[in-house]
Amino acid sequence: MIIGGAIMAVTSLKIFRAAIYLLFSLIGIAGLYFWLNYEFIAAVQIVVYVGGIVVLIIFSIFLTHHSGEDMKAPKIAQSVFAAIAAAAGFALTLTLINRHSFLVGAEKAVEPSVNNIGMQMLSTTEHGYLLPFEVISMLLLASMIGAIVIAIKIKPKA
Amino acid sequence: MLHSKLIALVPLLPLATFLVIGLFGRKYLKNFSGILGTLSLLTAAVISFYTAYEYFFVVGKNAAGVYEQIIAFKYTWLQFSPGMSIDMGIILDPISIMMIVVVTFVSLMVHIYSMGYMHGEERYSTYYAFLSLFTFSMLGLVLASNIFQIYIFWELVGVSSFLLIGFYYDKPSAVAAAKKAFIVTRFADLGFLIGILVLAFYSGTLDFQTLIERFTTNSEYYTAVTAASFMGISALTWGLVLVFIGGAGKSAMFPLHVWLPDAMEGPTPVSALIHAATMVVAGVYLVARLFPVFALSCPPALDVVTYVGLFSSLFAAIIACTQTDIKRVLAYSTMSQIGFMMFALGISGYGGEEGLGYMASMFHLFTHAMFKALLFLGAGAVIHYVHSNEMKDMGGLRKSMPVTHITFLIACLAIAGIPPFAGFFSKEEILAAAFHSNKVVFVVAIITAAITAFYMFRLYFSIFWNKPSYAEASAGEQKVEAHGHDDHAHTDHAHEKHGEGTKTMLLPLILLGLLAIGAGFIPFGHFVSSDGKGLETEFHLMFSLAPVGLALLGILLAMWLYKRANTKPTRISEAVGGIYRAAYRKFYIDEIYLFITKKIIFNVIGKPAAWIDKNIVDGCINLSATLAENFSETLRPMQSGKVQHYAMFFFVGVLGFAVLFIYFWTN
Amino acid sequence: MNEIGLPQILVISVALFFIGVYGFLTRRNMITMLMSIELILNSVNINFIAFNKYLFPGKLDGLFFTVIIITIAAAEAAVAIAIIINLYRKYKSIDVEDANSMKF
Repeated sequence: MIIGGAIMAVTSLKIFRAAIYLLFSLIGIAGLYFWLNYEFIAAVQIVVYVGGIVVLIIFSIFLTHHSGEDMKAPKIAQSVFAAIAAAAGFALTLTLINRHSFLVGAEKAVEPSVNNIGMQMLSTTEHGYLLPFEVISMLLLASMIGAIVIAIKIKPKA
Repeated sequence: MLHSKLIALVPLLPLATFLVIGLFGRKYLKNFSGILGTLSLLTAAVISFYTAYEYFFVVGKNAAGVYEQIIAFKYTWLQFSPGMSIDMGIILDPISIMMIVVVTFVSLMVHIYSMGYMHGEERYSTYYAFLSLFTFSMLGLVLASNIFQIYIFWELVGVSSFLLIGFYYDKPSAVAAAKKAFIVTRFADLGFLIGILVLAFYSGTLDFQTLIERFTTNSEYYTAVTAASFMGISALTWGLVLVFIGGAGKSAMFPLHVWLPDAMEGPTPVSALIHAATMVVAGVYLVARLFPVFALSCPPALDVVTYVGLFSSLFAAIIACTQTDIKRVLAYSTMSQIGFMMFALGISGYGGEEGLGYMASMFHLFTHAMFKALLFLGAGAVIHYVHSNEMKDMGGLRKSMPVTHITFLIACLAIAGIPPFAGFFSKEEILAAAFHSNKVVFVVAIITAAITAFYMFRLYFSIFWNKPSYAEASAGEQKVEAHGHDDHAHTDHAHEKHGEGTKTMLLPLILLGLLAIGAGFIPFGHFVSSDGKGLETEFHLMFSLAPVGLALLGILLAMWLYKRANTKPTRISEAVGGIYRAAYRKFYIDEIYLFITKKIIFNVIGKPAAWIDKNIVDGCINLSATLAENFSETLRPMQSGKVQHYAMFFFVGVLGFAVLFIYFWTN
Repeated sequence: MNEIGLPQILVISVALFFIGVYGFLTRRNMITMLMSIELILNSVNINFIAFNKYLFPGKLDGLFFTVIIITIAAAEAAVAIAIIINLYRKYKSIDVEDANSMKF
């Protein structure tokens, strides 16, 4: 589902459909997380990505697109080149993965419960992520302000 | 003991004067620069005289009875290899000391004279700066202990003479003359440089003393240099002949003499300094400096010197008989006398009696400097008085310019070789040396001496006699002539007030005149001789009869033709016809040179070279520029402005690097 | 289906990555390009979680990193939308081919 959704997202010529296919892909990824027993991340994914970003994208489509029209197809040359490049990269990475033998860790698993996550995120000892947490907050603030500044319309003085 | 550090002052004083006057003269010193130059040169002259006194009398001869060469100062400047280096040094030996005495004394006379002659000239201080520069260069030349050092000062002398000849730079003829002098001497210096390189290569040194020693003793250098040969002539001969070519250019020997008559465009005191006494003898000095090598090791080169000198002296004497410009006559006379000096060196042997020619040549150099400078300065006084260089504008001046008249007469008698004036003694020595070694040379020399007497007295009579009196003659012509000088009104009264020239102009004339009389009595042979030992000379009365008699004949002939104005000269010249015309036109040498350069060198060599430069050399540069342009035009579309293109390149690049690092990077 | 182990999940994420790359290079609409970037970021997230689960079960580093990446992706999407809106005002279109005034 993930792959299928992704492929459709990148090739569809109707923009709305592309957005919806992206939505499907993201939900599929959340499902993958659930299956890996990382519920927290799955929840975060759904809330932030699906609920936030895709909605944001759809809003912007409304704002900018003359909806209803189809997008123009890319040039053939361009798409061929891109396909070749992507395929080459894919092949390369696959060979690497196959060759490499991953050592499975044998430690005792830590249960990724919300309690644990919360404790660890805010602790300053080793494996503590307090500093990145704070920095991320700053980043969010900055990006919010930046987005507003970029998109603001300066009203001409009457 | 010899104060060697004092010697260094002799060239350095004029250098300092040059710098001071050159930098500050225009604005601050103006008329004082003349006095400054004269004072500094007076000091230099005093030091030179003192050094000469010390060297010849106090230090005197050493144990072997030889005046030895003293290196007063030596500084290794550029070292090419152990043993071969360009040093800056000062060498003191009989000829160099004689030369510094001559140079400083004549330069001093010229400085004093110029105070009167160049008075009122706008570029007065520049003139004195150039004079000091020239004196410095000449002194450096004669004191050089290293053959490359002499070359450096050689070029400096060329530059200074260029500046002085072209002093009146708004006259195109002066500029052309300066250019010609510089180019001809430069061309000769090419030969000089090649000669230096040949000699330095084979002897492994540039120092005079070492070079002479290596080539005159039977050392490995000598065998090497005589064994190597090019077109059948040994390398030593080539080297010496090439060096002589350089000397011939500076000394105006045939065929490199063309610059000397035109160089008279400079101010007359300059001609006195440069073309009478100092620069033109540089070539003679060079041969004298290398004389041991010439005489002992390479007689063929010495023969070249002899014949070139002999031919030049006869050639110049013939031309001088026909010229009408005072200074041109004197220029050709200089060329002739230097020819005398050259062939005197050429016929000389080395050591003892054989070295008579060497001694005579140096003696003649000394006396010639005195009386030729006197002649030029006197001519300058005459020119200053009549405002013209042509003989036909003069005549009958003996009453108007008494001092000049007497001194000029003394100088003419000296150059003609009449006893007891100085020229008699030096010419006699030369003729004696010629008689003993080469009869052909003797005969030609004696004929040239007779012609010398003739044309000099032609000049004398034309200036000071010929017409009844200058004032009367010019009175009739006043209304005809138009003059540009505002400050000299054309009345007798004004002429008398103007007079012969100021005291500063007359004093050097008198001093030089005295020397022209007295210098002959110096026992020169005691001091200067080819190997440093003294040389006794004696006079055979019978021997001297022939030359003196011929000289007197020449004088009488000149008197007959020129003492009173008559038509005999014109009738003779018309009768001789073609020869007269050819001599008057200086035997067309200038025209030949012009033809060669314009038609042949310019068209055959110059034009193709210019074509190559414009089309091929420039074409290569243009081609590379065009290539760069085309290349960049092809690269330009890569910057398309489209993000996706950039992303594509970026991605492909990353892939490529990944592949490279993973598979091909062997660490 | 055989055991779903680490390599299989990695294959999925790699495939997702390269699909996103293809989409980025090919799409003409700026917003769809943004969507492709989201795909790429998600593939990276999958990678982190997978490695965390299989190779380092004792630590939670991958998890935290994933959280951080999601956060950053959100912020970046917001800024990107702002830029796109600005570009739309200038060029009256969100076709990337039209925003090429930075060419030679």
